[in-house]
Amino acid sequence: MRATVRVRPKPGILDPQGEAVLGSLRHLGFPVSQVRVGRLIDVELEATSADEARAQVERMCHELLANPLIETFDVEVEP
Amino acid sequence: MRPRVAVVVFPGSNDDHDAALALEALGAEPIMAWHAHGTLPDVGAVVLPGGFSYGDYLRCGALARFSPVMAAVEAFAAAGGPVLGICNGFQILCEAGLLPGALRPNASLSFVCRDVEVVVERADTPFTARCHVGQRLVIPVKHGEGCYLPPPDLATEQVVLRYAPGHNPNGSVDDIAGVCNARGNVLGLMPHPEHAVDPLLGSTDGALLLASLVEAATRKEAVLSA
Repeated sequence: MRATVRVRPKPGILDPQGEAVLGSLRHLGFPVSQVRVGRLIDVELEATSADEARAQVERMCHELLANPLIETFDVEVEP
Repeated sequence: MRPRVAVVVFPGSNDDHDAALALEALGAEPIMAWHAHGTLPDVGAVVLPGGFSYGDYLRCGALARFSPVMAAVEAFAAAGGPVLGICNGFQILCEAGLLPGALRPNASLSFVCRDVEVVVERADTPFTARCHVGQRLVIPVKHGEGCYLPPPDLATEQVVLRYAPGHNPNGSVDDIAGVCNARGNVLGLMPHPEHAVDPLLGSTDGALLLASLVEAATRKEAVLSA
């Protein structure tokens, strides 16, 4: 089974990478007001159901893939 | 007898030898501890050195935290042993939950490499016993991800070092440069005391912190052997 994890810097947390990309996009002439840079992680795993896969990947997020103090995450499981 | 201090070597550590040289110059016997061993040698203190463990993949320190040696470091800290994390070592201790908070990319997005002044906020820890409160130390920083973000409930007493006004190199909240656990026996800091132990390097202020640790290691060894 395949799952996708998206990890984002928490709202309100300074994201200097996003700021730098914002500056460059504006430099290119795009009317951009905010950019936040996160991470996308594709995971292939063995699971008997989508629910079980989701539960496992959420545990992965809590234990390693995201740092709850500074990041939020969401999980998508492919059917 | 020289007190033994373990310097943990992760894949990607690069200040391990400088830390060992500094500790040796200050009277300790440094013992390199490979990260893949699940045990620590018989020591009175532990140093997690600077570097780029596991290539800083995922988040700085996030993967080193799972090295077998970290369980032994946790047990050593739980028994009251002094543990010092420098730069990447600080990041690892935060990721491992031995210290509160997290380190984020520098607000400037630039890698900073220069001397900064830090102010000693507490002189009653195993790492600052040779200093006095309010003392300013000149110690170099060199990092890309040293912007410290404390948890909302961080106690003021846990702030051991602050960047002096105008010296915050990375945007750390409240100018926090070094933070300890509630018990006071685990310290993490972004500046590199091991790079400030010889007049040739421009400052010897780092020696005050490391010499304090060597003294603490001596006391800890006495307790262990009693």
